[in-house]
Amino acid sequence: MQLSRRQFFKVAAGGLTGSSLVAMGFSPTAALAEVRTFKLSRTTETRNTCPYCSVGCGIIMYSLGDGAKNAHAEIIHIEGDPDHPVNRGTLCPKGAGLLDFVHSKNRLKYPEVREPGSKEWKRISWDEAYGRIAKLIKEDRDANFIAKNADGVTVNRWLTTGFLAASASSNESGYITHKVVRSLGMLAFDNQARV
Amino acid sequence: MTNHWTDIKNADVILIMGGNAAEAHPCGFKWVTEAKAKNKARLVVVDPRFTRSAALADLYAPIRTGTDIAFLGGVINYLITNDKVHMDYIKSYTDMSFLVKEEFAFADGFFTGYDADKRKYDKASWEYQMGADGYVRTDPSLQDPHCVWNLMKAHFSRYTPDVVEQICGTPKAKFLQVAELLASTHTPDRVMTILYALGWTQHSVGSQIIRTAAMMQLLLGNIGRAGGGVNALRGHSNIQGLTDLGLLSNLLPGYMTLPGEKETDYDQYIAKRAPKPMRPGQMSYWQNYGKFHVSLMKAWYGAAATKDNNWAFDYLPKLDKTYDVLQVFELMHQGKMNGYVAQGFNPLNSFPNKAKVGAALSKLKFLVIIDPLATETSEFWQNYGEFNDVDPARIQTTVFRLPSTCFAEEDGAIINSGRWLQWHWKGAEPPGEAKGDPEIMAGIFLRLREMYKKDGGAFPDPILNLTWPYKVPHEPSSEELAKEYNGKTFADQLDPKDPTKVIRKAGELLDSFAQLKDDGSTASGCWIFTGAWTEKGNMMARRDNADPYQNGQTLGWAFAWPANRRILYNRAAADPSGKPWDPKRKQVWWDGTQGKWVGSDVPDFKVDSAPEDGMSPFIMNPEGVARFFARGMMNEGPFPEHYEPFETPIGVNPMHPNNPKATSNPAARVFKGDMEAFGKAKEFPYAATTYRLTEHFHYWTKHVESNAIIQPEQFVEIGEALAAEKGIKAGDKVKVSSNRGYIKAVAVVTKRIQPLKVDGKTVHHVGIPLHWGFKGVAKNGFITNTLTPFVGDGNTQTPEFKSFLVNVEKA
Repeated sequence: MQLSRRQFFKVAAGGLTGSSLVAMGFSPTAALAEVRTFKLSRTTETRNTCPYCSVGCGIIMYSLGDGAKNAHAEIIHIEGDPDHPVNRGTLCPKGAGLLDFVHSKNRLKYPEVREPGSKEWKRISWDEAYGRIAKLIKEDRDANFIAKNADGVTVNRWLTTGFLAASASSNESGYITHKVVRSLGMLAFDNQARV
Repeated sequence: MTNHWTDIKNADVILIMGGNAAEAHPCGFKWVTEAKAKNKARLVVVDPRFTRSAALADLYAPIRTGTDIAFLGGVINYLITNDKVHMDYIKSYTDMSFLVKEEFAFADGFFTGYDADKRKYDKASWEYQMGADGYVRTDPSLQDPHCVWNLMKAHFSRYTPDVVEQICGTPKAKFLQVAELLASTHTPDRVMTILYALGWTQHSVGSQIIRTAAMMQLLLGNIGRAGGGVNALRGHSNIQGLTDLGLLSNLLPGYMTLPGEKETDYDQYIAKRAPKPMRPGQMSYWQNYGKFHVSLMKAWYGAAATKDNNWAFDYLPKLDKTYDVLQVFELMHQGKMNGYVAQGFNPLNSFPNKAKVGAALSKLKFLVIIDPLATETSEFWQNYGEFNDVDPARIQTTVFRLPSTCFAEEDGAIINSGRWLQWHWKGAEPPGEAKGDPEIMAGIFLRLREMYKKDGGAFPDPILNLTWPYKVPHEPSSEELAKEYNGKTFADQLDPKDPTKVIRKAGELLDSFAQLKDDGSTASGCWIFTGAWTEKGNMMARRDNADPYQNGQTLGWAFAWPANRRILYNRAAADPSGKPWDPKRKQVWWDGTQGKWVGSDVPDFKVDSAPEDGMSPFIMNPEGVARFFARGMMNEGPFPEHYEPFETPIGVNPMHPNNPKATSNPAARVFKGDMEAFGKAKEFPYAATTYRLTEHFHYWTKHVESNAIIQPEQFVEIGEALAAEKGIKAGDKVKVSSNRGYIKAVAVVTKRIQPLKVDGKTVHHVGIPLHWGFKGVAKNGFITNTLTPFVGDGNTQTPEFKSFLVNVEKA
């Protein structure tokens, strides 16, 4: 006889006595002692680094999903990495809440545009977003690029569009961002290190 | 950080000033408690508030916000007058004997060369006397009145304990207690570390505060040593990396700098940045600048960068001035900018004077937001009542909002404050259609390049010739990008000691920046990262936490730049003869039998230069030694001087009461209109300072449910005395206003903020945590930077968020 804990209580409340259950070969003690399988035992562990302050605490993310091509991984738990020489498994109140950052309801999901004078967002495709942004950038760059300054010196700069880069993004993001931004001749370029 | 987090455990004294590590860097702060528990270390906290760090301190001293130079200047004076300096260290490792030009002087708050109309210095006299041999003249006897030591002694002699009390409001007895404890580390067997953060940088004299601290550490002989250093605890997880990669208006990767528009000659551009040694036998490592620069241009422009076109020198934009964010928002406010992109950045909340920032954004034609979260900036045009009272119909900016991944959804490296490049791995797919930042940059760039290819346009060359060797062009992988910034060789690299041996074959990844060449045969996107991903694999992903010397250096964990070195200037951990200053704290030392420097860290030195060669430890400086005298490198003077915050509660600089032009930083840039927007103490009598809480991270965690629960609502902190004066009780709603706007918040009335006696007046502080806004899952609140002044540090232009004036009343 297979009874879950909830079913057992239901059945018990229905009038069957414990002794009769035992007589039927069912031991309530064994049923009560049976715990759910440890949730993390079925997860994949991935090493990461806390994205908040600059201590750079090691974290372990536990996700469901076996890594198969069609399986969507879902992170269900994050904790400190005990091997990490700085944080040795600990996390602060910010790091301990990381799971809620990953799953924040304010995460952006789709490209959107707010048109001039409008009060609302409109969902657009990545293709439309790239196309419109590239066109605006090119129009402004072509109209305002300064090849030579007043003294006739080659300066090849573009000052009418600026860029703020993210100091919580990876080195690789930062590197390719710098590479692209400078190739356009942009000078109005900073990251959070400025403030 | 010159040192790193775990190294804090090696300290005997820890000074936390201009930061609050227990609150803002809790897991790093654990190494402070480790030092206290295992090393009998003493913790000193100097702060306007009795902070969470102060709660664990052995000694706490209150200080008025913005007066740190006076306090530290007072310590320097104490060290010199009481002969508590590490004389053997400074004699060999600093510029104390260097002679400065005779015309250099300081009087009435100004150094020589000040132009009051331009608010700028002519720095010609701030230089050394040069000898006929081409080297700086020195006086090892320290008798010459123009030697750095005597100039410095005279300069700081004015910062007596009484002056410290008068300016800082720190009781004299308390200041002397602190000075005595810090001074105890001047002996070779004791070391002090300094931990600071935005509480030092966010002032109009921020850079000079940090310089004063560095000078103090040099006097005590604490630079280059385990448990020592000057340690910036940075604000974001990869703000170190983005700085290293040069994503700032005037920089290129690896602390190289963009040319100015007067630097039209390529060879002169390089020569200026590759100084020859100023003293005999010194290394002056920046002499290799050309190798780093050419390798960068080869990484970016490949075959299009040739010797004939000066490695595509024309492709680099030339500066006429620095376009820092205050300058850029000033131009935007004037209607001179059309487009702006904010990638993981929330400028409406993060920049001073929200009204000005919002008005500036409203003048843009287009704004692009790339972010994992719905930021306030992305909705600057939306009406949120009192929190953002705007009329969307009147704002004609087109705003795009592109969803990006967060840390959990991407591979890559980020760099902690200790300069460790740590690799992380992707654990899940992003929500919806969100994409990684490299993919988004590629998406925009490839579209743009297509248009330039098809239709032409302004100077398309750098766009068309930008190297783009990625296997999937619209999705460059982190691995490809990391290998690109590490660098590779195009030709066989021969062993310099034995040219018959090939150390790296053509096409291979490089091991070290020492292999970079200026003949176009190597490429590296960021020279200081060379060694991060070599033919041996991804060094940033290493996870060996072994610590054989038990001093926390863990050389097998991740990769530290430069060259996996954990403590910068570590040659200075040994005495001039190459022996450790402290045998119990061995770090690197000269091994005569092997003929090289060895130890628990990677030596920051020419590894085979014997002590008797006389090379000094500060190999990046052309002097070879550390500088007390900054020459022309700082804008407001070669020595730090106390100037008041631009909004000063006392209205006068007690150092120069008769020169109103020297009240605040005479060389700080102030835009027209902003000077008028500074408040005066008559209307706004209280010294305000903004800060962070341990439960929140900037403006992100108000989007995070667990953090919003533990710290849901905006508040301000005021002391009991001020609260009593104003009839404010804990829990009352108060209105805090500056000359630029107001916020409303709940009052926390606390003993942690005490009134200070400054220059004969009582000064109250108001503490303003900054985590709220009108987007998020916490209770909506006001943007605190509604209050802050639009003025920055005289060198970096970092805004003066930490010292301004407000009034407080019951709302």
